[in-house]
Amino acid sequence: MTTTTDAPTRSPGESRGRQVSAGVFHPRQLLVSLPDALRKLHPRHQLRNPVVFVVWAGSILVTVFAAADPDVFTVAVAVWLWLTVLFAGLAEAVAEGRGKAQAESLRRTRGDAVARLTTGESVPGTALRVGDLVVVEAGEVIPGDGDVVEGIATVDESAITGESAPVIRESGGDRSAVTGGTAVLSDRIVVRITTKPGESFVDRMIGLVEGAQRQKTPNEVALTILLSTLTIVFLLAVVALQPFAIHSGGEQSVIVLTALLVCLIPTTIGALLSAIGIAGMDRLVQRNVLATSGRAVEAAGDVDTLLLDKTGTITWGNRRATEFVPVRGTSEEELARAARLSSLADGTPEGRSVVELCVRRYGLPAEPDEREKTGEFVPFTAQTRLSGIDLDGRRVRKGAASAFTLDADTRAVVDEISTRGGTPLVVAEDDRVLGVVRLSDVVKPGTRERFAELRAMGIRTVMVTGDNPLTARAIAAEAGVDDFLAEARPEDKMALIRREQDSGKLVAMTGDGTNDAPALAQSDVGVAMNTGTSAAKEAGNMVDLDSDPTKLIEIVEIGKQLLITRGALTTFSLANDLAKYFAILPAMFAGIHPQLDRLNVMRLDSPQSAILSAVIFNALIVVALVPLALRGVRYRPSSASALLRRNLLLYGVGGVITPFAGIWLIDLLVRLVPGIG
Amino acid sequence: MSSTAAGLLQVGVLVVALAVVHRPFGDHVARVYTGSEHTRIERAVYRVARVDPDSEQRWGTYARAVLGFSFVGVVLLFVLQRTQSVLPFDHGRGDVPTSTAFNTAISFVTNTNWQSYVPETVMGHTVQMVGLTVQNFVSGAVGMAVAVALVRGFTRSRADRLGNFWVDLTRGTLRVLLPVAFVFAIVLVASGVVMSLESGVDVDGHTVATAPVASQEAIKELGTNGGGVLNANSAHPFENPSGWTNLIEVFLILLIPVSLTRTFGTMVGDRRQGHVLLGVMGVLWTAVLGVIWAAEASGLRPLEGKELRFGIPSSALFANTTTATSTGAVNSMHDSFTGLGGGGTLLNMLFGEMTPGGVGTGLYSVLVMSVIAMFLAGLMVGRTPEYLGKKLGQREVTAAAVSILAMPALVLVGAGIAAVLPSTREALTNSGAHGLSEILYAYASASNNNGSAFAGITVTGDWFQASLAVCMAFGRFVPIVAVLCLAGSLAAQKKVPVTAGTLPTTGPLFATLLGGAIVLVAALTFVPALALGPIAEALL
Repeated sequence: MTTTTDAPTRSPGESRGRQVSAGVFHPRQLLVSLPDALRKLHPRHQLRNPVVFVVWAGSILVTVFAAADPDVFTVAVAVWLWLTVLFAGLAEAVAEGRGKAQAESLRRTRGDAVARLTTGESVPGTALRVGDLVVVEAGEVIPGDGDVVEGIATVDESAITGESAPVIRESGGDRSAVTGGTAVLSDRIVVRITTKPGESFVDRMIGLVEGAQRQKTPNEVALTILLSTLTIVFLLAVVALQPFAIHSGGEQSVIVLTALLVCLIPTTIGALLSAIGIAGMDRLVQRNVLATSGRAVEAAGDVDTLLLDKTGTITWGNRRATEFVPVRGTSEEELARAARLSSLADGTPEGRSVVELCVRRYGLPAEPDEREKTGEFVPFTAQTRLSGIDLDGRRVRKGAASAFTLDADTRAVVDEISTRGGTPLVVAEDDRVLGVVRLSDVVKPGTRERFAELRAMGIRTVMVTGDNPLTARAIAAEAGVDDFLAEARPEDKMALIRREQDSGKLVAMTGDGTNDAPALAQSDVGVAMNTGTSAAKEAGNMVDLDSDPTKLIEIVEIGKQLLITRGALTTFSLANDLAKYFAILPAMFAGIHPQLDRLNVMRLDSPQSAILSAVIFNALIVVALVPLALRGVRYRPSSASALLRRNLLLYGVGGVITPFAGIWLIDLLVRLVPGIG
Repeated sequence: MSSTAAGLLQVGVLVVALAVVHRPFGDHVARVYTGSEHTRIERAVYRVARVDPDSEQRWGTYARAVLGFSFVGVVLLFVLQRTQSVLPFDHGRGDVPTSTAFNTAISFVTNTNWQSYVPETVMGHTVQMVGLTVQNFVSGAVGMAVAVALVRGFTRSRADRLGNFWVDLTRGTLRVLLPVAFVFAIVLVASGVVMSLESGVDVDGHTVATAPVASQEAIKELGTNGGGVLNANSAHPFENPSGWTNLIEVFLILLIPVSLTRTFGTMVGDRRQGHVLLGVMGVLWTAVLGVIWAAEASGLRPLEGKELRFGIPSSALFANTTTATSTGAVNSMHDSFTGLGGGGTLLNMLFGEMTPGGVGTGLYSVLVMSVIAMFLAGLMVGRTPEYLGKKLGQREVTAAAVSILAMPALVLVGAGIAAVLPSTREALTNSGAHGLSEILYAYASASNNNGSAFAGITVTGDWFQASLAVCMAFGRFVPIVAVLCLAGSLAAQKKVPVTAGTLPTTGPLFATLLGGAIVLVAALTFVPALALGPIAEALL
């Protein structure tokens, strides 16, 4: 198991606020996407969405009848039905449009790089084959995805990650993968091409963000079946209504029946369904995560067990000084001063953490003063295993315990720190040992709370670490994870995943090394770090461009949010029908049975205005909900019951009430239109 | 005691009796379907039928067995009726006319027991005893077998078999239905129900028809069949002589549907899963009972067709129970109910017969509805939906959707065509809203395999005989095949463990959701049609 020490160290608790959100929605996007929406009126496109297809067919039917016998009402109904279809296309176009810009900039990076093979010949990047060896030098663009097999270089990957700081790519090890389209800034590397042109990472990214290869996910298919069933039920209910109406002596016009049908079928969710799916993917892309399929995003919402690497996810990437333990009568402050002096020139994270602790706990200055600057710094070497400073004749040193001759007392302190999972650093002045600095893993702030939330969501967290069980237990307890896997080897990780899956659980993990690849492939949601090897990236079903292992938690939330948005809007859509019945049925049948006018609780002006108002509401609600579909409904980690109660209340009860108010308000305007009534 | 107090007392006694009995009885039923022992009689049956009782069937085989068995049942029953004149005890009633025989054969095999004939003048005792009564038993056992197969879908993990239909059928008949029916037939004879092979008795110069009633009366209620041996069904004093027998009959109707929720809870290893289903069924049953009772008890109305022996509470109780269980037996004429009261009985059927529904059919219908409700609920909690540890994916939702879609499609299409047929006008005694209610009621009754009639409509014409038979057949077997398909794909899955992220299906939240789904689906589908029928009547 490798660690990702170069990952941005963002703690789980502070990761971009507590709510999963995507980019802001601008009403202007509606206008920009209009041409695309118009293109979607084509029947071939319409057939992909059964609910909207029914509206589309209804619009044609009504248009034919309106053309045959036009009056204000029929023309208005026809227009609003077409608008409903248009709005559905618009929702999808807006969702897709957000990816298009990103795809465009990616496409530019792909460009037309020329590849120089090690054999000396030059071929266009598009003619590369898997296994080709290419030489890339400073200032050149890497022509295709591959692994560095020779050399080390700094690479600018901002084209795909958006991160401006260059990264180091070197042969061997877990930082060998390079991506086509990124630029080498220094040095020279030889890259073995691992993917065919057209199937490269950037190509796949373009396909994903454009939604070109979008296939319906399993859950989307299942929901579409349910929505189609409801549509059939309503189709039957409306078609059968005509004979009942004839039997009752009040035949209805095709226009009114079509209006009723369109209002009853779940148009809202039908129109927004694909936009929700695209936006879900988009939300991942916004967080610099690329999923290879929508299926993986859905699976993320179902995850039962999270395997989290200790380093970088639960603790900071490096060990930090947490305590000064003086020995043999030295005062703590004296030890701190000496430790500070020895670390002033030590640029390692451990050295910096010693100075930070001195600053924090003893108020010592962080920077060396003029006098201290005159000292002679002794750098750390593998031979001496210590570093320090020679100042005013004092020789202050800090280093591994084995670099010093220790008395029994100090030995006891050193052993105690070691067994409790810490790393002891001995500090000495002129060969006199002053004390020991305890370096230990520091759990990132907010971690415990975050895991408690995950637990409430029903997700078990397992910390994976190479530490010994004793150390692992201490950190696991401090971080509040449910379980830990100590002295973990890749095969242990694999076995754990298998065990969890055998008991029916879905497992998510992050990984970057080649030896992580089997586990990434086995897990249900495998997030590969972009810094990792191409083997890892191939094996996982998501790639995190930021290489931030804490992202896994956000990914789970995005998966859940995607499903919740679908469920909430379906509920809303169905709940809307109640008010529409109260609007349309009295309008249709009060003529036959005057007592039915008592159901006209909104006191809508006339049958025509009532029907038209319901149709207009039905169309406008689609547009009104586009931002929600794109953003996703609010998601707060909580128990399943609490979530359901909240969403039922908000979208179920809200879905009942909203259309009553909406239709009533629209009717106030519609009744003013001359010719309606 | 006032009539209301007596009515409340009756309901109270009924509820207590069911509460006490459904536990041991439901557990008994669970043991019947999970035990591996065969009785000696059962072994003999399997030997004769050449069935290996220890081999199990995949869902497709199970479904074919159900369909094959039912098809043979229809043919036998049809032939029996058409050759009645050569059978003993036909009392000169002759062969049953073809269209009636066809309709009746399907009606009894599908557990509907819609009767487009007058038994006293059409059906001889042999057809009654050898044909109709046999179907009363086995059609009930078929319903239970399908329900149990679905429950096995939930309990089994990575299994491709659902059990053996022939074993489930035999055990259901011999160990559940027969013993209880036997005991209660004797109880009913002792309480004054007629049991005679004569065609009638002479009373003051009039011949009053008699029949072997008691033996069929028990299974008519217990198997939620509802087909009367006498035309007036349980309104006839020979079938239902007293308030006491009335209560016994209501109890018998509810016994198995209520107990099966216990069987379900026991089989899935969590009794609360059964309690919540029973709770939802109970609340809806009580609510509609309240509506019918209040509607019947309020206001002035003509007494034509009203049942005066038992009074309004007992009529409401019986009418509510018989329509909520796909039984269709009646102790009063629903056509003579008020608009709202009659609408209540219609609504019970349009719920899809699951409050608590017929023997077996009630349980599997409510489970299918649970699948739909949990699909939506699962989405709203951000997980791929699951119910009882099984994921609800494409296959499961499709099967559940087909199962639910069948009934509304049949009711709406059937009633829609009937409403505009010129011949319908002549078949109806009422025009306007009530006439439409009568048509709706007939198709709702047939498609839900209920079998009660709104009367007031002559259904002996060829159109009605044929279309209602089609509704009965499809209303029965389309859901059965879909439910078995659902069971098959559930059984094939491994079980998902319960975590804090799992939505519990035992609390009031799930009960609200399920109840809401039942009401919402029925309301959304049928409100337009109901607006022109019962709603228009009720608002008058």
